[in-house]
Amino acid sequence: MHLEKNKTLKALAIAATIPFVLTACASGSTDTSSDSDSSSGGSDSSSSDTAQIEVFSWWTGGGEEAGLNALVEVFNSEYPDIEFENGAVAGGAGTNARAVLATRLEANDPPASFQGHAGLELLDYIQAGQIEDLSFLYEEMGWSDVMPQELLDLITVDGGIYSVPVNIHRANVMWGNPEILDEYNLDMPATWDEFFETAEVLQADGIIPLSLGEQWTQLHLFETVLLGELGTDAYNGLWDGSTSWDSAEMTSALETFNRIYDYTNSDAASLAWQDASQLVISGDAAFNIMGDWAEGYFRVDNELVEQEGYTWAPSPGTAGTFQFLSDSFTLPVGAPDRDSTIAWLKVAGSAAGQDAFNVQKGSIPARSDADQSIYPPYLQEAMDDWASNAGAPSLTHGTAASNGWKAEIETSLGLFLGTRDVAALQDGLVAAAAAQ
Amino acid sequence: MIKSMRRHWLSIALISPSLILLGVFVYGFIGLNINISLTDEVGLNNNDANFIGFENYIKLLDDPRFHIDIFNTIVFSLTFIGVTLALGLGLAILIDSKIPAEGFFRSVYLLPMAVSFIVTGVVWRWLMNPATGERTSGLNLLFDVMGLDFLINQWHLTPTWGMLGIAVPAIWQMSGYTMALFLAGLRGIPEEVKEAARMDGATEFGIYRRVIMPMLKPVALSAVVILAHISLKVFDLIIAIAGKQIALDVPAIYMWQTTFDAYNFARGATLATYILISVALFVIPYLIVTNRKEKV
Repeated sequence: MHLEKNKTLKALAIAATIPFVLTACASGSTDTSSDSDSSSGGSDSSSSDTAQIEVFSWWTGGGEEAGLNALVEVFNSEYPDIEFENGAVAGGAGTNARAVLATRLEANDPPASFQGHAGLELLDYIQAGQIEDLSFLYEEMGWSDVMPQELLDLITVDGGIYSVPVNIHRANVMWGNPEILDEYNLDMPATWDEFFETAEVLQADGIIPLSLGEQWTQLHLFETVLLGELGTDAYNGLWDGSTSWDSAEMTSALETFNRIYDYTNSDAASLAWQDASQLVISGDAAFNIMGDWAEGYFRVDNELVEQEGYTWAPSPGTAGTFQFLSDSFTLPVGAPDRDSTIAWLKVAGSAAGQDAFNVQKGSIPARSDADQSIYPPYLQEAMDDWASNAGAPSLTHGTAASNGWKAEIETSLGLFLGTRDVAALQDGLVAAAAAQ
Repeated sequence: MIKSMRRHWLSIALISPSLILLGVFVYGFIGLNINISLTDEVGLNNNDANFIGFENYIKLLDDPRFHIDIFNTIVFSLTFIGVTLALGLGLAILIDSKIPAEGFFRSVYLLPMAVSFIVTGVVWRWLMNPATGERTSGLNLLFDVMGLDFLINQWHLTPTWGMLGIAVPAIWQMSGYTMALFLAGLRGIPEEVKEAARMDGATEFGIYRRVIMPMLKPVALSAVVILAHISLKVFDLIIAIAGKQIALDVPAIYMWQTTFDAYNFARGATLATYILISVALFVIPYLIVTNRKEKV
C-alpha cells in the first residue's frame, strides 16, 4: 500500500520534471526577456533623485549606434540634469526588440520612449492605447511647418501623429557597378523592360544581373517593383483601399516581379543585404536594389567613392518618386517620467538633434530646414529629391501597412518563392488585403 | 507505520515547491495558452477578444504555410532521429570494442553537444554555403578541391528538400550524445551474458543481433523520445542557419513570427498547442510504458 503510493508519487515527480526538460530546450528563444528584466530594473530606480530616461531602440552597431550617440550628446548638453539610459536590444530591423517591447507594454512597464518606424507599424500600439497622440507637441514646436506636409499626411493615423520622426531613408534605390556599366556601355535601367534587355547580355557573360539577399530583401524588391510598375498613385492606393489588388495591372506587375528571378543569384536566401551589396562591389553582380542605408555601406565600410566604386539611380520605373521610411520616437502612455520623455522628443525633433543624428546614421533629416552643407554628396542629392519628388510609403519598413497585414504579405511572398506561382501570390495578396 | 507516514510527508514537502512552480509556470500557462487559442485575439488591445471555439485550429489546417511546416517537420524528424540513432549506435559499438585512447574519442564525439544550436548554426551556415562558380566556399569548395564534384549541392537551399540540409548540423551535434546513451547501455550488459552466447557458438554478429540489441531497447526508447522532442521544437538552429524564410519554415518559427511580428496571438497560441500535442504524442506513451515497467 505504502509502496503503491510511493510509486504514484515517483511517477508524479517524473511527470513534473519532464516539462522542465522540454522547456529547457525552448529557452534559447526566450532569453531576450532577461534583457528586458535588466533594463526595467534601471527604469525602476529612475523615480529617485535625478531624472533618468530609458530610450528603447534596436540601434546597436555601425552608423546607427553612432547616430544615436550623437543625438544623445545634443540631449545631454540641452538637458544636463536628465540622465540618458540606452535601452537598446540588438537584432536587425528590430525583430527581437519588438518582442521584448510588446512584453513590456503588456506588463505596463513601458520605457520612457521607444523607437518605431513612423506610420502604420505603430497602429497596434495606437489601437491598444499604449502611446500618446503627439499633435500638441507638433503645434508647440511648430514642427508642422518644418516637416513636409506629405510626410505628415502619411504618418498621421486616425487623425493623430503618434511619433516624432528623426530621419528619412529612401527605399527605391538601385545600386550599380560603374565598371560593368562602362564596359558594356550601359546606363542604369530606367524601366524593368530596359533591365531585362541588359540582363540577357550580362547573364550570357556570367555576371549576375541583380543580386538578392535573404527573404526580407526580396520583400523590399517586391515593393519597389510594385511602385515602378503600378505608378505612384496606384501604389499609394493599395494601402488605403482605392487600388484593387485583383486588377490586371497587378497581375502584370507580379509577372514582371516573377521574371526578375530569372536574373538573380541562386544563393540569395543565404545572404544578408550587405553580402548582396558586396556582390555589386566585387563585380560579380551588376545591380542591387536596397534602401539608401546601403550608401553608408559602400562609402564608409568599403571606403568607395561615388561614381567610381558604386553608382545609383531610382529603381526602375520610379524616377520622380521617393519611397520612404522613417525612424521615430514615441511617448508611451504611463511613461515613468513624462516630462523627461517630452524633453527627449523635443531634442529628437530639433534641427540640431536631427543634423547630429543623420550625418552619422547616413540618412536625411525629416525636417526640411537642415544644414545641407554638412552632409555627404549622396545625401545632398537625396535631400533635393525628398523636397521635390512625390512620396510613397515603404511596406517592408513599416510605413505602409500594419504589422499584421505586412506579415500576411510576407507569407504570401515566401510561399511564392517556393512555387513561383503568380496566380497564387495574387490570391494571397487579395486575401491579405481583404482581411484588413 | 508512523515512521513511514513521516517519510511520506517529508517527500511531499520536498517536491511541493517544484510541483507548485510547475503547476503555475508550466501547466497554468499551458491552460492560458489553450484559452487564448480558442479566441480571436489579435493586436495588443486584448480587451475585445471573443471566444470562437476551434476555428483557429480548423483554419490552420487549410493554411498552405502550415502544410509546409508539417512537411518540413516530418522530413527533419525522420532524417534527424534515424541518422542520429544509427550513427550514435555505430560509434558506441566502435568505442565499446576496447580501442586504445577510448577516453579521447569519447570526448571528441561528445564535444559538439557542448555548443549551443546557435553556434552550430552560424558555423554550418558558412560550411553549407551554396554559392556557385568563383564564389564557391565551405564544404562545396572542399569537395571541389578533392575532385568530388558530384557531392557539391545546394544544402539547405535545395528546393523542397532543404530541411535535409538543416538536419546535417543537428545530426553532427546530437549523435555524440546518443553515442553516450548507447555506450552506457552497452556497458550495462553483463559480460557473462555475452560469454554464455559465445559458449553456445553464437557469432559476434549474432550476439549483437540476438543478445545486445534487445537489451538496448529501453535506451533506444529514451533516445528516441529525447531526439523527437528536440526535432519537433527545432527553432534556433534554423534561425541561425537560414533566418526566417518560408521554404525552411517549421511550426515554432511560424508561431514566433505570427505572435511577435504580427501580434496575431490567437494563431500563435494555436500553433503552440499543435506543437505541444505533437510532442505529447511521443512523451505520454513513453511515460506510460516507463511507469508500467516500474510497477511490475
